[in-house]
Amino acid sequence: MDTGTQKDAAASPSGSAPAQSSGVILKMQKIRKEYPGVLALDDVNFELRQGEVHVLLGENGAGKSTLIKILTGAHQATGGDILLFGNKTHLASPKHSQDLGIGVIYQELHLIPSLTAAENVFLGREKTDSLGFIDSALLQASTVQILSDLGVTLDCTKPVKHFGIAQQQMIEVAKALSLDAKILVMDEPTSALSDSEIQQLFTAIRKLKAKGVSVIYISHRLEEIFEIGDRVTVLRDGKVVGTKNIPETSRAELIRMMVDRELADQYPRQRTPPGNEVLRVEKLCRKGAFTDVSFTLSAGEILGISGLLGSGRTELARAIFGVDPIDSGTIYVQGKRQKISSPRAAINLRLGFLTEDRKSQGLVLCLSVKENITLSSLDSFSRLGFVDFHKEEHEADGYVRDLRIRTPHLHQHAMHLSGGNQQKVVLAKWLSSKADIFIFDEPTRGIDVGSKVEIYQLMNQLTARGVAIIMISSELPEILGMSDRVLVLRHHEIAAELGAGEATQETIMRYALGA
Amino acid sequence: MRWGLDSQSHCSTTKDKREQRLRVISREVLWQNSRQFGTLIGLFAVMVIFWILSPYFLSVSNLMNIAEQTSINAIIAVGMTFVIITAGIDLSVGSIVALSGIVLADLLQGGHSEPVAIVAGLTVGTVCGLVNGSLISYGKLPPFIATLGMMSVARGTALFYSDGRPISGFDAGFRFIATGEVLSIPVPVILMGLLYVVAYVVLNRTKLGRYAYAIGGNEEAANLSGINTKLIKTVVYGMCGLLSGLAAVVLTARLNSAQPIAGIMYELDAIAAVVIGGTSLIGGEGKISGTLIGAFIMGILRNGLNLLGISSFTQQIIIGSVIILAVLIDMALRKDRKPLFGKGLFK
Repeated sequence: MDTGTQKDAAASPSGSAPAQSSGVILKMQKIRKEYPGVLALDDVNFELRQGEVHVLLGENGAGKSTLIKILTGAHQATGGDILLFGNKTHLASPKHSQDLGIGVIYQELHLIPSLTAAENVFLGREKTDSLGFIDSALLQASTVQILSDLGVTLDCTKPVKHFGIAQQQMIEVAKALSLDAKILVMDEPTSALSDSEIQQLFTAIRKLKAKGVSVIYISHRLEEIFEIGDRVTVLRDGKVVGTKNIPETSRAELIRMMVDRELADQYPRQRTPPGNEVLRVEKLCRKGAFTDVSFTLSAGEILGISGLLGSGRTELARAIFGVDPIDSGTIYVQGKRQKISSPRAAINLRLGFLTEDRKSQGLVLCLSVKENITLSSLDSFSRLGFVDFHKEEHEADGYVRDLRIRTPHLHQHAMHLSGGNQQKVVLAKWLSSKADIFIFDEPTRGIDVGSKVEIYQLMNQLTARGVAIIMISSELPEILGMSDRVLVLRHHEIAAELGAGEATQETIMRYALGA
Repeated sequence: MRWGLDSQSHCSTTKDKREQRLRVISREVLWQNSRQFGTLIGLFAVMVIFWILSPYFLSVSNLMNIAEQTSINAIIAVGMTFVIITAGIDLSVGSIVALSGIVLADLLQGGHSEPVAIVAGLTVGTVCGLVNGSLISYGKLPPFIATLGMMSVARGTALFYSDGRPISGFDAGFRFIATGEVLSIPVPVILMGLLYVVAYVVLNRTKLGRYAYAIGGNEEAANLSGINTKLIKTVVYGMCGLLSGLAAVVLTARLNSAQPIAGIMYELDAIAAVVIGGTSLIGGEGKISGTLIGAFIMGILRNGLNLLGISSFTQQIIIGSVIILAVLIDMALRKDRKPLFGKGLFK
């Protein structure tokens, strides 16, 4: 192997590296990881150069997470070597890997909400003055310094719970930098960010690059990868499919590498002529959430709802579904005026709501696939309060097959399924409750490309059967690709209603931002 | 290799698939029951120890004795299991036992017929439970606080109602509930057995049971799925109160006396039985059979330690330690249950 040259490079880690394998600061060679019954990583090679953004791409279950767990010391590889700054290293624990300069920004942030930014950044490493008291002024000054290097200004004396997710993420980045991280792992950092916040994050990442920090960036959003990435490594089924320079590859090629099949069209919308009006909302108001919202929805139609985070999208969906009360306005379902005061009432009117957050709102993770599918339709499989298991299993089994839910059996706990399959279970739940008006809130968040297309195809099948769909999404390509009409929300109000012909990324953004 | 994901492979025949499914299911079932199995081993271990230490322990009359002594805690623990599965807790059961018992005894001594008095006692328990449930569901109080309040209110009411004095002396007809035997099995044991069968059916075969698990697993998702979570929770606490009332009937008949200070620490015994039985305090999972085993482990410990002449002070130390040990073992088992699949490790 070329370990010899690696050691040379290690001798001068910060000095300007020699030409070729210039500044490779991390090399993972032939990494294997076996779990009982599963080979999660199979001879994976991965290298990271100084100051690059290296994207890890792959469907859920491809092995990205396992690779990261090994790099951060949370798990140990069952085979292979890790060369960090040219030295063969055994990463024994997360603490150990942190000490060696590897920082991680997880999808779920790990800040303590009631502490300030400075307190969070220096948690466990508080600097004290000569009397042994915490030197708050020093901590604050250091935190402000790190944040301003990232191009961020925020009040370091306020508890972090008052900040948005984007700012909290910056605090996490600051924490990693204060630990002198040379390698920063970001696991789907943009999944909860709005477009403008994403730009803010990218600015920060570019500043990190300029300082020579290397970033391992995990994301499902291909458009981001082309914007921020330098190189990309694609994993599939625990193996490396290849590593490419971003400018030399294309979206189609990456998708092909990930799924090993051509996805003819990422948004395979098959429009069906809209039928009768099934839902009409007039002047709907809920204080602090949305005002004067009116729209109609017809059978077989997909109505996209776009808008920045906090524009009132999800709140609107919750109110229509009877989760939160409305202050004024009327809702007509199938032409009849209805008062929807609870989810049960909505379900009885054949509404279904696929929530933004599957794990915390859509599924009961410790119940089985079968039990989740029949959760809202259990009445139809019960007599006198007793559940007819036979009928119930028949029903669930039908949906598992129809929707191609990948589960070893009906009794598998929902927590063990991948994101795409979990979403299908939630969809099956509403199909089982005979819904014909669906609200999809971020239907493909955190779902890999292959499963996304499957979800879109299911939406097509639904609309072909006359189901009406409201689709709330932060992903503009998804809105454009799938909607028949688009509503743009801004500051809790409808800013525009656009036909499929008029809607473009630019027009939607213009209305969403009010520019 | 990746058997967890194999169901998508197109080449395997239907028969293969079915066989594979069965194999996976049986493995799953084995896993799910392994903890149950652990509790059962614990039960036998305790029995063997006492059998070695005291030859009298395994005699039929002592075993019947144990079953009878266990019955009251076991009855309360049924209600507690339901409550804990919904991710709640009920600290008021002991006080409800006292209050129900006092009302029952007062009515009996006032010359009311036994059915009337018993129904009144059960009603008092149920009402207390429904109040708990309503405070939690509609008043949005944490279960710990609502039932802590009820614990004091019910106890105070029992003391107030009875002037702090026990009410004693009932007809043999009433006392049959505790002292009688059918086919030489004590009535409380029969009652307990029937109750566990009913509870098993309710928990596993009815909507109420399913919804209890769903609420404990994810209340928000349950609500969004159209389940009337508030009503279900209220009913579950009502049931817990009803069963506390039933325990009061058996206790009063057995002691031939109702005492306003009865039932102190019963809540802890019931919680201990549920937890030893493997039900998670986080909610969403648990088995009624586990609770029965847990109640028996508690009962056997008390009985065995008495047989060995160990003082009640020392007994408390031992029983407390056993509870802690049981939960530690349970958590250890739970830990290696987690990575059943290599997926979802890094959410």
